[in-house]
This record gives sequence, C-alpha cells and structure tokens, in this order.
Amino acid sequence: MSAPLATSFIHSSDLIAVLYIIAFSLFIYGLSGLTGPRTAVRGNRIAAVGMAIAVLATFLIDGMGNWVLIIIALIIGTIIGIPSARSVKMTAVPQMVALFNGVGGGAIALIAWAEFNDSAGFADKPLTFIIPSLFAAIVGSVSFWGSNIAFAKLQEILPGHPIGAGRVQQPLNLLLLLIAVGSAAAIASGETATVYILVLLVASALLGLFVVLPIGGADMPVVISLLNAFTGLSAAATGLALNNTALIVAGMIVGASGTILTRLMADAMNRSIPSIIAGGFGGGGGEAGAEGTGEHGGTVRATSAADAAIQMAFARQVVIVPGYGMAVAQAQHAVRELATELEKRNVEVKYAIHPVAGRMPGHMNVLLAEADVPYDQLKEMDEINPEFSRTDVALVIGANDVTNPAANTNSDSPIYGMPILNVNESKSVIVLKRSMNPGFAGIENELYFEPMTSMLFGDAKSSVAEITSELTAL
Amino acid sequence: MFITNVAILVLAGFVGYAVISKVPNTLHTPLMSGTNAIHGIVVLGGIIVLGLGEDLSTLDKGLLMIAIVFGTINVVGGFLVTDRMLEMFKSKPAPAKQADEEQK
Repeated sequence: MSAPLATSFIHSSDLIAVLYIIAFSLFIYGLSGLTGPRTAVRGNRIAAVGMAIAVLATFLIDGMGNWVLIIIALIIGTIIGIPSARSVKMTAVPQMVALFNGVGGGAIALIAWAEFNDSAGFADKPLTFIIPSLFAAIVGSVSFWGSNIAFAKLQEILPGHPIGAGRVQQPLNLLLLLIAVGSAAAIASGETATVYILVLLVASALLGLFVVLPIGGADMPVVISLLNAFTGLSAAATGLALNNTALIVAGMIVGASGTILTRLMADAMNRSIPSIIAGGFGGGGGEAGAEGTGEHGGTVRATSAADAAIQMAFARQVVIVPGYGMAVAQAQHAVRELATELEKRNVEVKYAIHPVAGRMPGHMNVLLAEADVPYDQLKEMDEINPEFSRTDVALVIGANDVTNPAANTNSDSPIYGMPILNVNESKSVIVLKRSMNPGFAGIENELYFEPMTSMLFGDAKSSVAEITSELTAL
Repeated sequence: MFITNVAILVLAGFVGYAVISKVPNTLHTPLMSGTNAIHGIVVLGGIIVLGLGEDLSTLDKGLLMIAIVFGTINVVGGFLVTDRMLEMFKSKPAPAKQADEEQK
C-alpha cells in the first residue's frame, strides 16, 4: 500500500464513509420517490446522483492504482450503456431490464473470480471474506446466465414456450446446485486449486440456464424480478467481503425490494414462486398446453372492422383491455386515436389493466402513458371488474390469458384461480388477435367460443386503425 | 467489523422492505428497473479490487475490467431506461387535446 494521499484535515476514510452515507440516503430517498407517479422521475434522478457520489467516493480510497484501466472500463461501459438505453423501444423494456440485470450479476461473479485468483485461492483470507465471496460468485453467475436466457426468450431469440428435460430437470438442477455448493465448501475448507472456482462458476452458469429455460414466457416477469433480487443480494455479499457499506446497503435494499416485488407479481398471477421455479405451467415440457387444445368443438365468430366500429359507435361504455399483443404491434397510439374518436361520440372509454398484462406489472401503463392516455382512465383490475356487467363493448387488444374465464370456472385449467378481468360479463366482446394460436401460457381461451364474442383477426395496430377509419366514416 | 456489517445488512433489508412495499402497481416496472440500476453499484467492487490490486495477473485485470464495464452498463443503462419510462407518466401538462379530455 502506498502512503495515504490525504493531507486534508479530515481523514480520507472518514470522508469516504460520509460520502457513502450520503449516497445510500439518496438511494433510499430516491426509491421512496418512486412510490408516486409525480415524484418518480425526480426519485430516479436522486438515486442516480447517489450513485455518482458513491463512485466518486470510491476514487478517494487510499492507494488506488490502475487508473487507466479503470477509466477505460468506465468509458466503455458508458458508451455501451447510453445508446442501448436510449434506443430501446418501450415494448422491449422488459428484456432490456433483464439484460442490465444480467450484466450486474456477471460483474459480481467476475469480481469474485478475480479475487480468488489474486489471493491464490483465498489462501489467507478469513471465512468472513470467503463465504460471502463464494455466495456472490454462485448467485451472480446464476443471475447472469438466467437473465440472458430471460432476455433471449422475451426478444424471441429463443422460443417463449418452456424448454426442459421433463422429469430429470429437477434432479439435474439439484445436482448442479450441489456441485456448485460442494465446490464452494471445498474452497472454504482450504482448497486453493483454480479448478474448484471454475467448476463452481460453470455449475452455477448451467444452473442459471436450466432454471430459466423451462419457464414459460408468461412467468418471465416474475423470474426477472427474482433474478433482480438475487443480483441485489449478491451485491450485498460482495459488500460484506470487501467491507464496503455502500455495496451492503444498496445491494440489500434491492434484495429486499426485489423479493417483495416478486411476491406481489406471483400473487397477482395466483402462482407460487416455487412452482414457477419448478418449471413451466403444469411442471414442464408443455404437457399442460397439450391438454387444453382441441377440446373445444365450439365455433369462433369472425367480424369485420366496420361491424366493430358500428358496435362501438352506439355503445355507452367501451372498456379497452390491452395485452402483450398491443405492445408487440406498437398499437398504443392507434388505440388512443380510437378512444378519442369514440369520446367525440360521447362513448365512455376506460382501460382495464390486469396486473400482469404484458410482460411486467405496469407494462401497459407505460405504453398507454407514452400515447398520452389520461392516467385516470386506466383502471386496475379490482376497480374495473364490477363495471363489465355495465359495459356494452369490451375491446380485447392482444390480451389472452388474463381474460380466460377458465380461471374462474374450470378447476382443471392450469390457470385456475388466477384473478382475471371478467370480460365475459360485458354485453359484447370484440377480440383483436393475430391468429387462433393460444397465448403464452399455452392454453386455449374459452372466451373466444362464447356467443357474445367476435374475433377480428390481424395485426392489432392495423385492426385498430381500420376500426377508427370506419368510425370516422360513419 | 463483520458483525457490524451484518447489522447494517439486516437493517438495510428492513429499510428496503418499508420503502418499497408502498409502491402502487402501476409503478412496478419502473421500480424494478430503478432497483436494477441501483445494484449496478457492484461497479464499486470492480473499481476497488482493480484499484487496490498490487500484482494482478493480466487475466485478473481483464476480468475486473469486464466487471467494471458490466457494472457501468448496469448503472448507466438502468437509470436512463428508468428515466425514459417515468417521463411518460409525467405527461400532465401535455398538449391541448388532453385538456379536452379532462373536461368531458
């Protein structure tokens, strides 16, 4: 260690501690700002300022070197980070969050790996250093690879449906976990060979892959949230190893918040976190998906944009039910125009937002807010469900599983018990859909076979635009 | 030292719980994204280990540089994308057509 640089009246380690305290106070204050739509923007920026302070404080640590490498790495990260965050479409935000989460986890695993090499296998480190580091290595690695799979699934690089090894999946995952923890135990008990950390990292990487691959796309928001919490916890563990308060506090806050968020999302889908982790709907391999198909002899009624326009023009209340299909088709602006057109005709327009519509809670709110839909027209599930019986037309735009009445009525259905939007109570339902393919959960929607339902096939955006032009022509 | 840090850890967990359990549903995506940016704080870990490392091998320097790059992407990208998302909620004083809407 070189001699302390600080010649000022205050000892540099005290200054750093004070700056860290300011930094994590700003994190906490900023996060509490995120609790309301009005304060959220400011809250996020306050947290960002906290981060800048934490980084600057770290530069003040005595005896820092390798400045060139550090600065180069910071610049490269910034150059990659800014454009990818700027250019990402709002529809692709969930996978972007997955990716950003993944690189965070990757950073944690890499730090632990470098530490292992640098200290010749944690040779003369105390257990209070070794155990958090190994925990961080395992969880960081799982988070990195798991998040990348989540990204690939949402980006449709990989198919969204569960990919798994069926019955051997669980024992295989357990075996990988045991290998990772076993290597960790070997290192903690004094083994210093590089092979142990490599086995640990590879086993956790495979675990991350194999845990997320069998999970169906419908559960992906919960998984991303869970991995987000994991990354937070491993950041806190890194903080314990490095004796760094900023890391401990920030990491743990994320760990706690991510866990709550994960539970809230799982509750909204009436799914337990263990059953999600255990694999796709029905336990794996798409078995559940196969059961539902072909059971219905019922017929589907197709309609035209002109018919849909007439129905809505003479309605008193229209409830729009957006889903992932709207996001994919980028139809939010078209939807907004349709709503404006309807309102000119004194039709009451509301939006029914299911907590897990889209790929993440709040996904639909973000998209509709982008299209300048007034905040107070967005109704949450509990608020809108009693309204459906008074609704003339429910316009379902690319939403599927969240409207499936089987969740209320069919105890054999894999989504039985999931709270849904009671669209089938309205007088008439118009469903905009690309094709009759089942939704992400891979099950058929009984709603489509009900007598009051008519289907308008095609891309959501062009369908909505057609309805709007028919409406103006009326 | 370790025990003090564990105490901080536990308290931070409760703070996280208290602060976040009040967030409305509609802000969950931005919240996830915001907390995601905050765990990018691991970049500090990379900076410290690389900065204080005395005779790191080339491999380790490389690993740590990648770690810092990753951490920076996490922080910078995370905050920016959250900001973009949240800007959309802030559309209150937006164009005139919105005002028409509210009169109705």
